[in-house]
Amino acid sequence: MSATKTHDLARPAPAKASPARPRRGLRGSPTLNFWLFTGPFLIGLAIFIYAPILWSIWLSFFDARFTVTPDKFIGFDNYTYMLTNDDFVGSLGTFTVFAAFIVPTTWAFSLGLALLVNRLRFMRAFFRSVFFLPTACSYVAASLIWKMSIFSGVRFGLMNTVLGWFGIENIAWLADPNPPWYWLVIVSARLWLQSGFYMILFLAALQNIPGELYEAAAIDGAKPGWQTFRHITLPQLRATSTAVVLLLLIAAYQAFDEFFNLLSKTTWGRPPLVELYYKALGESQDYGAGSAGAVILTVLICVVTLFQGKIMGFGRGDESK
Amino acid sequence: MSALSNSTWDRRNVLRAAMGLAAAGGLAACGGNNGRGGGASGVNLTQYFHAYGEQGTEQAIKRYAKAYDKAAVTTQWITSADFESKLFATLLTDKAPDLFEFHPQIQLVRSGQVADLTDIVAPVKSDFNPADITSHTVDGKIYGVRMIDDPQFFFYRKSMLDKAGVGVPTTLDELMEAAAKLTTGKVKGLYMGNDLHSVNDTLIWSAGAQHLDAKNEIAYHTDGVIEGLKKMRKLFTSGDLLLGAPTESWDPSSFTQGLCAIQFCGMWAMPAIQEALGDDWGVFPFPKTVDSGKQSVYNGGWSMFVNAKGKNVDAAKEYVKWLWIDQKQYQEDWATSYGFHIPPRTSTAQKATKLKTGNAAEGVRLFNEFGHFDNIGWTQAMRTAFEDVFANSVRKNMDPEAALDKCDTVVNRELKKLFG
Repeated sequence: MSATKTHDLARPAPAKASPARPRRGLRGSPTLNFWLFTGPFLIGLAIFIYAPILWSIWLSFFDARFTVTPDKFIGFDNYTYMLTNDDFVGSLGTFTVFAAFIVPTTWAFSLGLALLVNRLRFMRAFFRSVFFLPTACSYVAASLIWKMSIFSGVRFGLMNTVLGWFGIENIAWLADPNPPWYWLVIVSARLWLQSGFYMILFLAALQNIPGELYEAAAIDGAKPGWQTFRHITLPQLRATSTAVVLLLLIAAYQAFDEFFNLLSKTTWGRPPLVELYYKALGESQDYGAGSAGAVILTVLICVVTLFQGKIMGFGRGDESK
Repeated sequence: MSALSNSTWDRRNVLRAAMGLAAAGGLAACGGNNGRGGGASGVNLTQYFHAYGEQGTEQAIKRYAKAYDKAAVTTQWITSADFESKLFATLLTDKAPDLFEFHPQIQLVRSGQVADLTDIVAPVKSDFNPADITSHTVDGKIYGVRMIDDPQFFFYRKSMLDKAGVGVPTTLDELMEAAAKLTTGKVKGLYMGNDLHSVNDTLIWSAGAQHLDAKNEIAYHTDGVIEGLKKMRKLFTSGDLLLGAPTESWDPSSFTQGLCAIQFCGMWAMPAIQEALGDDWGVFPFPKTVDSGKQSVYNGGWSMFVNAKGKNVDAAKEYVKWLWIDQKQYQEDWATSYGFHIPPRTSTAQKATKLKTGNAAEGVRLFNEFGHFDNIGWTQAMRTAFEDVFANSVRKNMDPEAALDKCDTVVNRELKKLFG
């Protein structure tokens, strides 16, 4: 092909190494370069990620109360304790409810935001920043604002003030589990915090869709709007959607901050990490049981993630779609 | 040629210079003022305190530490909600504090986390409240020095009760009736915290039960406690209880701001309440829940412990002795100048003039007449298990018997590990 030839012709001549000044250090050895750049990160990974994981697995087979250097081996007792603990098993149910709420809601909300922002002709950067800013907010700070200002149970809480205008009595959003208003508080907080980040992912994907597709569709008589969105935009966002759902699911599994701060000292609304904290770590200092729970949870996350990847085709090449 | 274009300022040299500056900065920081006092002996001690709500407390603790000349004492003032978890996690590391305040709990002794302080307390043992000594003693050894006693009871607005024609309740039924009569459009009758955990212990005592008996076996699982839990559920669903308040029950804001007519709180709040409401308030103990029960007051408080695994155990013990045994003027200042607390030393308590009149004197009377102290065998894990009973049976409508059975499983597991 001529294009290839042109490319070859245009390629600049390789620079000649100076015989008087041999290449050394950073420029001399690819292997050295590799270790120089990845070494610090690998060391950090080994110290702060892999060593604690291995230590945690080791702890899970010991009676490790009030110590992280135990000497009493108890086999699988901690695993049996955690798997027969209905609170821990129930926390997986809490996670399921939470994931069922938050994953589709965030997906739809962030995609909607991306579509809106993508169509803007004016102040595009401003609106992108506005929607992205909550991502920079701490989950703890947001939880406190939600708890003390917006969803406070007294008459001067923002939501209760608004409800008061319509003659509705104050609602104890977080103190009373019947009805479970706490889900509204938790889901709205997380939706506000994370939608901006996923909006950016969708925005990048939207901008990668070739304009020719829409032009071709228009020529074929496709109506702009829902028809185009359904048959062109959505299929083109498949890879991003899969990644977003995967990330949302993992983030839902790791939920801790808002549950811990909004629902302290409850027995409901405890996702696995909060349950592990209350039942086995934290004040109880049962690091053996806590580690066993963490291992169970890790295995579960891996299995679910692989299963979800299999269903949604995450990681498949284009040719296999 | 400008200096910047000189070949000696290549990237490598700039990097070296930057690293040198960073190292010099680090060294300078080591030698500079790091916020610690000037300990004459060169010993550095770190102490952990939870964040007290009363104005001036942090400054007071740091002022006492600064006055100590045998060691440099650094204070970490930790947000209340994070205190227990941060303390327990840090005690497992090299960064553990030399001293820390907490409540007497046997797992701290059994795990070797707290030092034996018998030798510094013994000479003045008779001057301490005997119940405070008992609650810090395991196998004849004393493991902490009580700094303050904090009785906790109900605060009520006299004018509101008078207007509603309600007397001071002495039974849980009367308290429920009072809450109903006191509830109006803008004011709820009663506040006991959003999670109700402030009254966990008093509910047990007011039902005539104990947490554990003398043999360290479960003593809270009684018909009286079950009856009390059922009444608490009725109260929780009555609509007469303040729920979802911005601050928890340890803070008197809900009471002083008129959100409720009666609030469960601690004696520490008295100065703030007096300032906000004048004399329009009084106090009463947690009412008896069943006929066979008795009114009760939880005598909480904080004690100072020495980290037995710390690097400066002897120096830490010396500091504890200096501040919490020898320096009586600081002890009185700490107990009565910010919030009101009862000094655990009889001689100091007798001199505390602020506690001799009005509601403060009434608080001391309730402390003496109805008070119950911490049981050192009742650990944090057991405490959390009983909090779950309240969460499940009172707030979530689980059968109290089933909730207590579940709690028994956790508590028995703890007891087996601690006492065999």
